[in-house]
Amino acid sequence: MNSMTLSYQSQLTARRAVSQNEIKVSELKEAAPIVEIKGLNVRTKDGEILKNINLEIPKNKIVVLLGPSGCGKTTLLKSLNRLTDLHKELKVSGQILIDGQDITKAGQNLANMRQKMGLLSQRPFPLPASIYKNVAYGLKLKGIRSKKLISHSVETNLKRVGLWNEVQDRLKSPANSLSIGQQQRLCLARGLAVKPTIILADEPTSALDPISTKIIENLFKDLKKHYTIILVTHVLRQALRLADHVVFMYYGEIIEQGHPDDILKNPKTKILKKYLIDGN
Amino acid sequence: MNKKRKIADILVNIWMRIGLYLLLSIPVFIVIGLFWKAGPLLKSQSLANLLFSSRWSPMKGEFGFLPFIFSSAYVTVLAFLLSAPLCLFAAIYLTQFSKQRLLNFMLPVIDILAGIPSVVYGVWGILVIVPLVSDGIAPFFGTSSSGYSLLAGGTVLAVMCIPYMLNMLIEVFHTIPVGMKEASLSLGATSWEMVKHVILRKGFPGIISAFGLGISKAFGETIAVLMVVGNTLNISLSPLKPGYPLPALIANNYGEMMSIPDYDSALMFAALLLFVVILIINLFFRYFIHKGEKV
Repeated sequence: MNSMTLSYQSQLTARRAVSQNEIKVSELKEAAPIVEIKGLNVRTKDGEILKNINLEIPKNKIVVLLGPSGCGKTTLLKSLNRLTDLHKELKVSGQILIDGQDITKAGQNLANMRQKMGLLSQRPFPLPASIYKNVAYGLKLKGIRSKKLISHSVETNLKRVGLWNEVQDRLKSPANSLSIGQQQRLCLARGLAVKPTIILADEPTSALDPISTKIIENLFKDLKKHYTIILVTHVLRQALRLADHVVFMYYGEIIEQGHPDDILKNPKTKILKKYLIDGN
Repeated sequence: MNKKRKIADILVNIWMRIGLYLLLSIPVFIVIGLFWKAGPLLKSQSLANLLFSSRWSPMKGEFGFLPFIFSSAYVTVLAFLLSAPLCLFAAIYLTQFSKQRLLNFMLPVIDILAGIPSVVYGVWGILVIVPLVSDGIAPFFGTSSSGYSLLAGGTVLAVMCIPYMLNMLIEVFHTIPVGMKEASLSLGATSWEMVKHVILRKGFPGIISAFGLGISKAFGETIAVLMVVGNTLNISLSPLKPGYPLPALIANNYGEMMSIPDYDSALMFAALLLFVVILIINLFFRYFIHKGEKV
């Protein structure tokens, strides 16, 4: 009797999960993909870093790229704004469509294209200038010269990342005088100032203390209303906390992807199962 | 065992301190020695007269160093103007834009250039630069020159400074984090904007250091300049005219004409002058390095 009840309950739970998954998948599919990656390969003379990556990233969601170190998450992220161009040894092939435009094609206006994608790196890299100039930098590159507009944007974006109260009386101080957590928020404010559509975040909390990590995570939750966030992490709990969609990568390939509740709680592949067990 | 470790610790500490004090005392002893040797001249003539008079007649006891100071400064500035932009742009290209293969090829070439004895550069100057000045550049400007000139001296010096400056600049640009460049590019900067706002700004203290090293090297260089500069007393703004830098004065005359009163002392004063100028150059650049590091 008990076993029957249990099996019935588990079936019921499974059905519920399936129907919930269907809803989640359909929700994701409803949103038009802002990024489409088709057959992306990145290789060096020593071997392949990314192998035939096919991925659709929906708008206004947090997509987490998960996987062990060296699996190609950062390379995939940097392929999206062609920062891979800085590394001459990398050979990139395939298509990356951002809003339907293939950014891998020659003749692209790289500067304009990159402004659509704010980058937040593992460690904050404030530019060698004042706090104010860091946020104003992208705006000036955009050709905005009005001091009023720039000052307004600096204030708005510093408020947005919760930094304004901490720095408003020392905007002319060097950016590297801030704490690491503050620097990371400054870098986010700097990226937001150029009004990107996508935020690329490469393990942005790995160098931060738990309080700063929480601030950044809360900011991401808030920002996804207006931005698509692609987050690289290997912290499983962070993926669970933030992700709308998880892409698990291993040795340059996408092994599994889906809603975090599905793939992190019921992984289908042995590799992900092992990763989750080791990770926990 | 503990006692042995303690003794070893004390001995190493003492040895390191002795080494440090020895190193620090070298320039102090040099200054004291030069000052002591230059003493007779400093007693007999005013410092202003020594520095700002252009009369040089040791037989009459006239020791005006202005032509030597002028020539030294002229060839140094010329060498700096010729080499600094070249090194800066070459280092930027090699570290930011070129393929790793080219950099790997260039590094040993730069080391070889740095290792060539200065007399070889002097010979190269006589064989190539001097005829180029006398037969090419001077006629082009409608004038004549023997070729042994401030321009020849500045050019040879520039070539000699390049490996030192270039090497240091490459090192400086390599220390700039890739993340900072990526941050700039991802905000919409073009490659040149990234270089201007990140590489040059972040590398500013290092760039100043490299330039300081180049200028100090140029100001004190002796043999190669002596071979091509003409060694003639002259204060002329024309780079096609010969000159007589301070190191050449010392190298050409030391050990000779010691029968002339105060001549030995005058050469020691020239050496002291060189030392002080190089010290001032270094302090000047250090100030900018310190200022740049605050950004």
